[in-house]
Amino acid sequence: MDLEAISKEAAALVANATDMVELDKVRVEFLGKKGKLTELLKGLGKLSAEERPAAGEQINKAKQQIQQMIHARSELLRRQELDAKLAQERVDVTLPGRGKASGGLHPVSRTIERIESFFTELGFSVKSGPEIEDGFHNFDALNIPADHPARANHDTFYFNPDLMLRTQTSGVQIRTMEAQKPPLRIISPGRVYRNDYDQTHTPMFHQVEGLMVDKNVSFADLKGILSDFVRNFFEADLEVRFRPSYFPFTEPSAEMDVRTSSGKWLEVLGCGMVHPNVLRAVNIDPEEYTGFAFGMGIERLTMRRYEVNDLRAFFENDLRFLKQFN
Amino acid sequence: MKFSEKWLREWVNPAISTEALSEQLSMAGLEVDGVEAVAPDFSGVLVGEVVECGQHPDADKLRVTKVSVGGDELLDIVCGAPNCRLGLKVAVAVVGAVLPGDFKIKKAKLRGQPSHGMLCSASELGLSEDHDGIIELPLDAPIGQDIRDYLQLDDVTVEVDLTPNRADCLGIKGLAREVGVLNQLAVNSLAINPVEATTDVSRNIVLDAPQACPRYLGRVIENVNMQAKTPTWMKERLRRSGVRSIDPVVDVTNYVLLELGHPMHAFDNDVLQGDVHVRLADDKEKLVLLDGEEVELASNTLLIADEQKALAMGGIFGGKASGVTASTKHIFLESAFFTPEAIKGRARQYGLHTDASHRYERGVDYKLQRDAMERATALLLSIVGGQPGPVVEAVSQADLPTDKRVELHRNRLDRLIGIHIDSDKVTDIFQRLGLDVTYANDTWTVDVPSYRFDIAIAEDLIEEVARVYGYHNIPSASPIGRLEMSSHREQSTPLMLMKQRLVSLGFQEAITYSFVDPKVQKSLFPDFDALELPHPISVEMSSMRLSLWPGLLQAVSYNQKRQQSQIALFETGLRFLPDASEAAGVSQQPVIGGVLAGQRQAEHWDMETTAVDFFDAKAAVEALIATTAAPQEFSFQAIEHSALHPGQAAAVLRNGKQVGLLGAVHPQFEKELKLNGRTYVFELELDALSERRLPQAREISRYPANRRDIALLVKDSHTVADILACIEKFGGNQLVGLNLFDLYRGKGIADGYKSLAISLILQDPARTLEEHEIQAVVEKILAALSEQFEASLRD
Repeated sequence: MDLEAISKEAAALVANATDMVELDKVRVEFLGKKGKLTELLKGLGKLSAEERPAAGEQINKAKQQIQQMIHARSELLRRQELDAKLAQERVDVTLPGRGKASGGLHPVSRTIERIESFFTELGFSVKSGPEIEDGFHNFDALNIPADHPARANHDTFYFNPDLMLRTQTSGVQIRTMEAQKPPLRIISPGRVYRNDYDQTHTPMFHQVEGLMVDKNVSFADLKGILSDFVRNFFEADLEVRFRPSYFPFTEPSAEMDVRTSSGKWLEVLGCGMVHPNVLRAVNIDPEEYTGFAFGMGIERLTMRRYEVNDLRAFFENDLRFLKQFN
Repeated sequence: MKFSEKWLREWVNPAISTEALSEQLSMAGLEVDGVEAVAPDFSGVLVGEVVECGQHPDADKLRVTKVSVGGDELLDIVCGAPNCRLGLKVAVAVVGAVLPGDFKIKKAKLRGQPSHGMLCSASELGLSEDHDGIIELPLDAPIGQDIRDYLQLDDVTVEVDLTPNRADCLGIKGLAREVGVLNQLAVNSLAINPVEATTDVSRNIVLDAPQACPRYLGRVIENVNMQAKTPTWMKERLRRSGVRSIDPVVDVTNYVLLELGHPMHAFDNDVLQGDVHVRLADDKEKLVLLDGEEVELASNTLLIADEQKALAMGGIFGGKASGVTASTKHIFLESAFFTPEAIKGRARQYGLHTDASHRYERGVDYKLQRDAMERATALLLSIVGGQPGPVVEAVSQADLPTDKRVELHRNRLDRLIGIHIDSDKVTDIFQRLGLDVTYANDTWTVDVPSYRFDIAIAEDLIEEVARVYGYHNIPSASPIGRLEMSSHREQSTPLMLMKQRLVSLGFQEAITYSFVDPKVQKSLFPDFDALELPHPISVEMSSMRLSLWPGLLQAVSYNQKRQQSQIALFETGLRFLPDASEAAGVSQQPVIGGVLAGQRQAEHWDMETTAVDFFDAKAAVEALIATTAAPQEFSFQAIEHSALHPGQAAAVLRNGKQVGLLGAVHPQFEKELKLNGRTYVFELELDALSERRLPQAREISRYPANRRDIALLVKDSHTVADILACIEKFGGNQLVGLNLFDLYRGKGIADGYKSLAISLILQDPARTLEEHEIQAVVEKILAALSEQFEASLRD
């Protein structure tokens, strides 16, 4: 068989090889120890010394060509094989991932978190305290002596005349002022309790109260910080107003309303300048220091913020409700 | 307090709309809660007179009348009201009238008799619920006048929610004063003239408790006509103020209360014997009140009494026996000043709340008693007639409040408000408020009138200035503070970190009530006596929680009823454990707890749907423990607990001290708690987790680590924790990793035994370990295990 025919045959076989095994067979058939080209090379010895170099060169050239063809074919087959394998490994990337969905925080916690971040940024520290309170911390120190009509408004859960579920977190402020001296900047979030249960009241709810005592803290400052708060909380440039009110522990006192999208005023918090009697009760000189205090209901703010319609939903712990806040 | 706008405007009439007036009051601190028309829309109702009244020929209960409404013709009207009679002035809905509910009056025939209109009852005009018959108008009512004009029905009732400090506005007079200040208008004053006595009859008054009642005025009025009717105008004003008409005497005392803000009381003078005493009750003294209830009085309660018996609860509620009735002939009228201290809380003590107690406990003008007496006398005489006796006044000057003088320094005002208001303006505000003021040396000296008993200190004056100046006119500012860094402690584990760990594990945060069902609590924790609320919202919410579990388990049941199949909830908060060593007898411990039930995760296309078990709950506990970065300080110990499955209950210990619990809810409670299947709970004391270890980095070894796996056969009764602890102990420093990677019981393993597959990672920080060294460590471990646990290597 002549070289040309062998080359042609090899080329055809290489081109037709459909996998690596077949291709390898072709290699052995032509380039193996007993391969057709190898045989030709072996046959060179029969040629004359003059003929030999040219013939050898021819054969080697053919051999290289076949090697190249095999190589190219093998590359192609390899790629095809890989492609096929990869194609087989294709996944539907839209399938859900493996593992557990994470849970989430209660909307009330979420609101408290946000409020804490607003105020801690301004150097307020977060304080907490007991929920079963004595009369001194829940009332007396806040300038609400026994039998004060304001006590009747509190719907207090009493255990006995001097032990009750706190109706406000103000006791925390009193404890803080007992322990620390001004300048003071604190907020106290937590559960509070009132003996009242209907569409708009639950016997337990959450408040965040704030207190700042320093030299020259003014009502203008109170207006400023709370206006900033409400605008941050609702992330809207809401119209606010401060309405005179009455709390035994502040003088002057105010209630803060925000104008809702329907044009109505919605009461969001109570505030005022700390009453001198309250400062005196914790041995802070009202001649030297002034302070403001405020208190807000968390559920009410949360309802407004996330359009929750039923206050009671906060304590039913219905997963379908809670998961909306994840 | 509810009041009629028209009544107020008789006193002071600013040229502003009802809406603007309401807004103004609200912005002055007298919050308007509601504004309601005093009558619904209707038209075509005129004042008429019944000029003929005869029996209907065919109906016993009907009358055939002719009614004049001022026109040329008399109207034929058939009427069924029992009080319809000749000469009566009535409210006539003429043909074409439209009554509330769009009820049109047309010509009609009733049982064959023509009827061209209708005589109206108060309820038909939407003025009251009164169905007792047609309206009887005063005889001088002008025939033909529209009833809306005659009764001034184009009026509104305004309800103000007054704060406890503004009791001075619990009457038209006080409200008018306030509106005058806000609008810079003069207020019409009510001319109150002394009513001359026409009889000498009087009663002596003795103040036995002058501190509680420093002033008491009494007056006898003889021969009153209790059959007289309260005039319509007065009834209307009472109605618009939310007060029911009772009889002329009570109506007059209520009218004075609404007008002047001063409570009054009238007694049947024939019931009284001898002097009137104002004294404190004897302990357990009895009195039957006007509503018929008998109360046992405490000695802190003020009584009006005569020489024989208790008559009334002073400043709170009248007594039944001494009350005015239809047969009363002579009355004894009381106008007294009771101090707030003597009344505060007393009404509530008996479950009472009256218009009088509401005012007295907040404060009543201590100079108003005589005016109230004279005003009431004059009104009474005009209605029920009679002969007034002299006013007897008993007073203890020493016990009356003193006139107050309050000083306010310019600096104090500026400092507290944050802006400077002109001195003239401040002085003007005080003057408009009726305060006597002088300004000198940067100080206002203010004499407070007796009706502003709420003003006692400089801050009270500051509030008045700010309020009248307008809170909205005070600009907002930013508080100025020193930028002092507060102390921060990295070793305190943030609560949020713990919460977030649980959230990552799929837990949803819950908030449950701090008071729970005592029955559930008693079942779960029979050994504890929880603190009970004496006056709970309901029995199911009456026991202070001993654990977060009762609330969380209720939430599980709530969700299971709503087809939730995968439940993982956690909560943080206080639990309330009885503790005699605490001041309040209760220790209020912050805890974090959770509950798991149902599926481990949502059904997934490539994962088996499995139910949660003990080790899911344990993973949550371990995640919490991990926040302390000191897991080696914690251990778990099998225990028995009333609430938990006896084979799946563990105490969590930190350094040997119990700090929490973990386990499966005892199946015996599943029915009672309405739980669907196994439920797992845990609870840890937050104080035990609050300290975390600061990381301390160590050199990472650059030499190869060697892993050796061993498979041990041990008795089932040996705990994994004990075995691992032994390995750790004997493994020494070169043992850097230890992991149980398989646990097997069953085929091939004898009953009562288990097989543990454990990997050991050995490494030296300074060199490569030789095979024989590794082998030596493993041998040492195996020898110890064999000796301590009779553990053998599994083939």
